[in-house]
Amino acid sequence: MAKKENKNRRDFLVISTYAFGAVGAGSFVWPLIDQMNPAADTLALASTEVDLEPLEEGQAITVKWRGKPVFIRHRTKEEIMSAKKENLDNLKDPQKDEDRVLNEKYIVLVGVCTHLGCVPLGQKTGDVKGEYGGWFCPCHGSHYDHSGRIRKGPAPVNLEVPNYKFLSDKLIRIG
Amino acid sequence: MSKNKSKNSVVEWIDYRLPIFTFLNHELNEYPTPKNLNYFWNFGSLAGITLVVMIITGIVLSMNYTAHVDYAFDSVERIMRDVNHGWLLRYIHMNGASFFFIVVYIHIFRGLYYGSYKAPREILWILGVLILLLMMATAFMGYVLPWGQMSFWGATVITNLFSAVPLVGESIVTWLWGGFSVDNPTLNRFFSLHYLLPFLIVGLVILHLVALHRFGSNNPIGIDAKGKQDTIPFHPYYTIKDLFGLSVFATIFAAAVFFFPNFMGHPDNYIPANAMQTPAHIVPEWYFLPFYAILRAIPDKLGGVLFMFGAIAVLFILPWLDKSPIRSSQFRPIYKLFFWILVFDCILLGYLGAKPAEGIYVLLSRVATGYYFFHFIILLPLLPNIEKTRPLPISISEPILSSSSFSTAAAVREKK
Ligand code: HEM
Ligand code: FES
Repeated sequence: MAKKENKNRRDFLVISTYAFGAVGAGSFVWPLIDQMNPAADTLALASTEVDLEPLEEGQAITVKWRGKPVFIRHRTKEEIMSAKKENLDNLKDPQKDEDRVLNEKYIVLVGVCTHLGCVPLGQKTGDVKGEYGGWFCPCHGSHYDHSGRIRKGPAPVNLEVPNYKFLSDKLIRIG
Repeated sequence: MSKNKSKNSVVEWIDYRLPIFTFLNHELNEYPTPKNLNYFWNFGSLAGITLVVMIITGIVLSMNYTAHVDYAFDSVERIMRDVNHGWLLRYIHMNGASFFFIVVYIHIFRGLYYGSYKAPREILWILGVLILLLMMATAFMGYVLPWGQMSFWGATVITNLFSAVPLVGESIVTWLWGGFSVDNPTLNRFFSLHYLLPFLIVGLVILHLVALHRFGSNNPIGIDAKGKQDTIPFHPYYTIKDLFGLSVFATIFAAAVFFFPNFMGHPDNYIPANAMQTPAHIVPEWYFLPFYAILRAIPDKLGGVLFMFGAIAVLFILPWLDKSPIRSSQFRPIYKLFFWILVFDCILLGYLGAKPAEGIYVLLSRVATGYYFFHFIILLPLLPNIEKTRPLPISISEPILSSSSFSTAAAVREKK
């Protein structure tokens, strides 16, 4: 009887020693791992304001935000039409065009392919724009439409729409 | 363990307290080695020497390199133009990475051909695959350091692979980057790890050698040495053979460094990194091309990543996939044929990895990827059921002694 009690006490001591050791090691390892996450100054990156005044219909500009390119395109009537008309059943990542724009004339997208992060072509006039006329990522062949939605190729989801708002008719702030 | 035979009293004094000389004598001098090793057995020592060359040149390059996005590219150009012999050191390091992979890939295919991964060398083989993985990580991070266009976009694409992980993918990528894109924090940590990993490789190499020396080298006919008549001491026979191999290797290496230093590189890496523009055609370094082809062959993001890592994962379980007890292909006619098809398949994958992902190349990549996995997962377990193997010789000495030209000489020796 006394022996058994002794054994239970021993188990308790062993287990609690392990537990304390594990918690101690864990609380030392976490700072080592977490230091690799974005630092405070990286997180505090400023937002970017963009003036859309000089952007004519059919033109596009690329601005830098959080180290990444952001595509802004002043879409033509036909482009808007084709983006809105699209049957959602044809889409890999179904999303209405309305849900991807604040003002349907301007499409604002993070210019980073959702496959493995290349910058798709389609911003410059001479660029290959892919089979759906929007953007084309040359790295592994992803085709995006006028709404930046993925239509063909390995990318799993649509081009991301960043957080932005219209400060006035022709001025937006991204971030 | 037999004692070191040195007569030197200082050596003896030390050896009595720290048996390092006994150890070296045992492992590098009298170490019994099969007497029939061919030149494919040179590639292990070549790999080890290349690793040392990489570490030495890497340490001196670090003395002149600056790991900051604003200075990295210029600091490498400064190494090329202004630092004394900097161009030589960098070209040795840059081409050394390629030669390291050439040597290690030959070393691995040697193992596949002669069945060196089979019992009792499974752990030896697994340690080798771990070394390959660490080498890949090291080379990948090293290639980012000069901060050219290929550095930047290679880093972007490869780190983005982890975004395929369900649920936590994005957080993992942000954690790897230390930000929202490949940037200064990424470059800094890559430099730190690029410095560290080669030393971990050294540790694994030591374990690899410990495992090797437990049962000794495999050999071209793949049967165990049965006694003294089957082996010769490592020194001087294989030290001199390894040295000869090294001199041939060093000649070819030097030719590349002095005459074609950029042959295996990509010209776009001499353009400074630009986060706003991806080069029209991004390709990884040649030694990653077969894996890159597998990645692109699968039309699904997560699937592509899984298959790419799977291509290495199958190597870990290879000792259990190949059920044939016969090691060497010399006695496995069907395996031998499929071995060469696999070699061709890997080269084809490498070729396809360099081509744009469109049209016929996509189809071919899928076929070649399918074949790669077919070889390991289906063919190897089933083959022993249908393959009629050739009879094994009784010992390593037997085929040498019984071949007609040697038989008389052997008979004479036997009499003595
Ligand atoms: C497994 C061994 C190693 C491999 C495979 C390897 C691979 C590479 C590669 C591919 C590059 C890019 C070369 C270029 O295109 O410019 C590189 C650069 C560099 N490596 Fe290594 N490396 C190894 C070991 C080391 C070690 C041990 C150090 C430091 C102690 C080091 C320090 C550097 C530095 C400072 C650079 C940047 C300078 C440059 O780009 O030439 N490396 N490495
Ligand atoms: S990164 Fe765009 S298709 Fe792969």
